[in-house]
Formats: sequence, structure tokens, C-alpha cells
Amino acid sequence: MGTQRYLVGKIGQALITLLFILTFNFFLFRILPGDPIRLLTKGAGQRLTPAEQQEMREELGVDKPVFPGQYVQYMGQTLRLDLGVSSIVAPGEDVTTVFFEKFPKTLFLVGTSTAASIAIGVILGIYGGWKRGQALDMSSMTGSLVLYSIPEFVLGIMLLLLFSGWLGLFPSGGFESATGDLTGADRLFDILNHAFLPWLTLTLAFIGEFYLVMRSSLLDVLGEEYISLARAKGLREKFVLRKHAVRNALLPTVTLIALSFGFVLGGAITVELVFSYPGVGLLSFEALEARDYALLQGTFLFFSIGVLVANLTADLLYAYIDPRVRTA
Amino acid sequence: MKLDEAPVEVEPTEIRTGRQIRWTRRRDAFSRFWAQYRRSPFGMVGMIILIFFIGMAISSLFIDGSSLSKTAVTEESIAPCTFATLPCPPNANNPLGTDADGRSVLTLVIEGSRVSLIVGFTASVITMVIGALVGILAGYLGRTSDTLLMRTTDFFLVIPWLPLAIVLAAILGQNIFVLIAIIGFTSWPGTARLVRAQTLSVKEHSYVERSRALGATNGQVVSRHILPNVMPVIFANTILTVAIAILAESSLSFLGLGDPRRVTWGTMIDAAFDAGAISIGAWWWLLAPSLSIVLVVLAFTLCGYALDEIINPRIRER
Repeated sequence: MGTQRYLVGKIGQALITLLFILTFNFFLFRILPGDPIRLLTKGAGQRLTPAEQQEMREELGVDKPVFPGQYVQYMGQTLRLDLGVSSIVAPGEDVTTVFFEKFPKTLFLVGTSTAASIAIGVILGIYGGWKRGQALDMSSMTGSLVLYSIPEFVLGIMLLLLFSGWLGLFPSGGFESATGDLTGADRLFDILNHAFLPWLTLTLAFIGEFYLVMRSSLLDVLGEEYISLARAKGLREKFVLRKHAVRNALLPTVTLIALSFGFVLGGAITVELVFSYPGVGLLSFEALEARDYALLQGTFLFFSIGVLVANLTADLLYAYIDPRVRTA
Repeated sequence: MKLDEAPVEVEPTEIRTGRQIRWTRRRDAFSRFWAQYRRSPFGMVGMIILIFFIGMAISSLFIDGSSLSKTAVTEESIAPCTFATLPCPPNANNPLGTDADGRSVLTLVIEGSRVSLIVGFTASVITMVIGALVGILAGYLGRTSDTLLMRTTDFFLVIPWLPLAIVLAAILGQNIFVLIAIIGFTSWPGTARLVRAQTLSVKEHSYVERSRALGATNGQVVSRHILPNVMPVIFANTILTVAIAILAESSLSFLGLGDPRRVTWGTMIDAAFDAGAISIGAWWWLLAPSLSIVLVVLAFTLCGYALDEIINPRIRER
């Protein structure tokens, strides 16, 4: 009973937020100065006759009043994943198509690096909090604060200078070698070789954050009375840590990790730019440079939905590891 | 222990005015605070780095603006390099080397320190004001206002920060004030949540209830009880938001959204990157502004953590 209501509530909340995001995205691009037709055709190098302009206006729905006419049309189109066409970056192509062409590359990069940084950060954070003030904690704490203070793109540039420029160990960018004559395992190795530095950058950039979150969360839990009770019962320290402390300390961590997905995505934009890695981050940068507003609006929408899904997943996971929230 | 509730020792013969008592209290509170802060090695390191950079920002006021101009570059100013061999690596003449236009990287970094710090501070003031306002209102008013304000906060918390800032900057234009506004208006949700939590716990204290029973208005309760107790948390949080704001400015500038007329560490890295500093191995051009960002952000983060430990007694007890 409780579980179901919790799930429905969380999904309902996510849907409301989605509605907010869609509305926000709609109005954000309506405050753009200038004529939408001019904006869309800017740079495409074509001159439209008045009749063609009118036709395009009708097609885009900008002949109607902004609200409710255009709004309703926008919502309908968005729900069908019709986000318009790119004007400059990929002239004439559907924004959705362009986005999902690049998406797997970013998902691969961001997914594996986030998983690695969460694993390393959380495990180090547990040790750090448990052995508070000892050598391992102090060094990981210092390292984490330093890593936290480095912008992702600066870290990327430094790794690029070091490993690609100076040592010549890795290619300086791109998704794979331009020759395109590699197949099978060779090609896979080539792709991984290209992905390694951006992957390392993103992994290192977020270890610090997850370490600090897990460490402080564990410290909070260790101050609770049930930990003292567990120790007073004569339970082994390792057992107290694993069954009592870590389990409970993971709860707030899950939420914070989900919230940090927005930052990971932001990091992906700058890191993909540094390594010219052709994912959605670089795509959104290209859309920004060219002021390809339809594409920019589309990437922004997909990024927001991505973070929304991450948060919803965290909420559901939370319910799974902490039965209290289901019955509350 | 509240910082402003120190036992005041009044000598019986001495009659002091309210103002004197308040000053004594403040001085005592500050010296106790300082004694605690001094014990934090992280906090002290952070403060020393900060003082260094604030000194640098102040000294930037004495830079002759014309030395930043590309036209002021002469054969002598770039010696031992020539115009054909720019950017010039570090040498006795230009200790941190020059950029591709022959301008001294050291001068640029010093000039950038002022703008980067100002952006960080002003943006975090905006963050603090909005966050505090939303947090206190939500926590104090409760019910519908709370739900409404927190839903809005959650909404801004969920939207990925950098893509939002990119979209806003693309729409609103590239100018330092727009940049400050964007950073300030997009980073408040975290502060709002923190302030709300603190407000809720202060509200539970019996003295708040008592003062209300004695007829205090909402405004009086907020200004006399809630705000003074929430202020330390806001302050510690603001130190951390300065770090975030400086990171934000550098990221946006790196993406080419900085103010082209002003030198910040972010725009320096952007210019170096765009000019291919990596492929020609001009590490000095990238290193100085990068290291400056890292050190300043680290300094603010260290100070923020140290303050947090003092202000949040739950951490200190362990």
C-alpha cells in the first residue's frame, strides 16, 4: 500500500517537474529578441519570398498568438519528440535525430566515468569517515578538496598537455582515428584509446565530490545513538560499520549523487570540447557557437529530462534501500 | 553555543551603555571564533592563499591599463623573443611568458584576479540574498508557501546548471553583468534548502514561541530571532558559493560566453585554448590562469569547511 502510494507520488512529482521544464523551455526561447524566421534561417544563406516566409510561419505555428496557440502546439510537438530542425549545425535535420545520433557516445563516456568516480569516491569516503583524521583520510580529504577545486576543463587541459602533448601516450581528441580503416578489435581499441583521457578527466573531476559527500554522511551517522548501542552490544567494529553505519549513510548519498548528475552533464560539455569528443556536449557547444536555437533548445530539454530521470531513479532506489520512506 | 550569547562579565562599579556591552560581546564572540578558526589547518591555509590573491586583486588597480593593450607590445617588451616566435615562454623579462600577442601572462593574471574575484563575490551575494529570502520565508511561513517555494527550489535544483546558464547567456548576451546575474540567479537553490532547514530548527526553540506569545510580529521574530541564528550558516555557505561562482564564471568564459572586453582567468584560458596553445605546447599560457582558479577555489572551499566546522556544532563534537 505505502510503497505504491510513494511510487505514484514520486512519479507524479516528476511529471509536474517535466511540465515545468517544458513550459520553461518554451517561454525561455520566446523571449529571444528578433524575428523567429530570421533567426531560423540566419546563416543558412537563403532568402525567402514573403509567401515562403508566411508558409514557414504557419508551419512553425508562429502566426498564432504565443499563448495558448503556440504553447499548445509546442507541447503537442514536443510530446511527439518533434523538436524542429537544426538550422546551422546540421541544416535541415531533425533536432531529435541529431541528438540521438551523438547521445550513445556521451552516455558511454559519462556513464562509465560516473560509475567509476562514485565507486572510488564512496569507498574512499567510507574509509575516510571511519578512520577519521588518520593518514589515509587526511590525504584523501586533501586530494578531494583539490580535485573539487579544479574545473573539469582545466583538468582536461592539464591531462592533455601532459599525456598527449608531452608524453605522447594518447591521441589529443576525437572519437576514433580519422583514417577509418580499422575494424573489429582494433577499432574498439582505437575508440577506447581516444576516450581514455576524457574518461579519466570526468572520473577524477567527480571523485572528490562523492568522497566528501559519503564521508560527511558517514560521520553524521556515526554520531547517532544506535551506533553506540551496536558497539555497546559488543558487535565487531567491521560489522557495525557494514550493517549499521554504511547502510544508513548511503541514503542521503544516493540523493546527492542523483543531484550531481546535472553537474556531470555540465562537465561533459566542457570536457567534450577540450577533447573534441563528438558527443551531445560538443553538440550543444556547436549549437551555442552557431546560435542554432532549435538545436540549443532541444539539447537543453534532453539534458533536463536526463537529470529528471536520474533523480526519479534515485528516489525509487531510496525507497528500495530505506523501507521507512515507503511507509511514512 | 551561540556566538552572541557569551556571558558578559560586568564589573559592579562600572556602568556601561548598551552600545558598549554589545561591542564587548561582539569582541568576545570574535576572539572565541578566531581561537577556534586558528586551530583548523585547512582554514588557515585557505585564508593565507586568499589574502595573497586579494592582495593581487588590489595591486591590479595599479596596473597601467595600456600595458594590457595588444598595440603596446614592442620588440623590447617581448625580448628575447621576436614577433615571429610568440607566444614567448617564461624568461627574465616576462617571468610567466607571454600570450600570442606578446602581452605578459603575469600582468594578465593579475588583472584577471580582480575581475574573477569581483564576479565571484557579487554573484554569491545575489545567491545569498535570494537563497536566504526563499529559505526563511519557506521555513517560517510553512504550509502552502513552503510547498510552493520548495517546489520552485526543487525545479531549479533539478535543471542542469551549465546547460541552463549556456542558454541564458546565449539569449541575454555576453556581458559581465549578465554573467554575474546568470550565476547568481541559478545557484541559489542549495542555499535556500540549507536556510530553510536551519529556520525550521530555530523556529522550534521555545524562546521564539515565548516572544510570539508576548505579541511579537512576524517581522520582529524573523529579524530578532530567526535571522541572527541563521546568519552564521548563510555566511559559511556564501564562502562556498564564491568558490562555485568562480568555477561557474571560468566554465562559461571557457565556452566563449565571457565578456570579451574584460580579462578574467576564464577568458584567458579560452583565448589560449582557441589559439591552439595545447598543440603548440604553450603550457605557460594555460598554466598560470588555471592554477589561479584552482588555488582561489581551493582557498574558498577550505575556509568554507573550516567555518562550517565551527558553526555546525554537530560536526565539532565528534
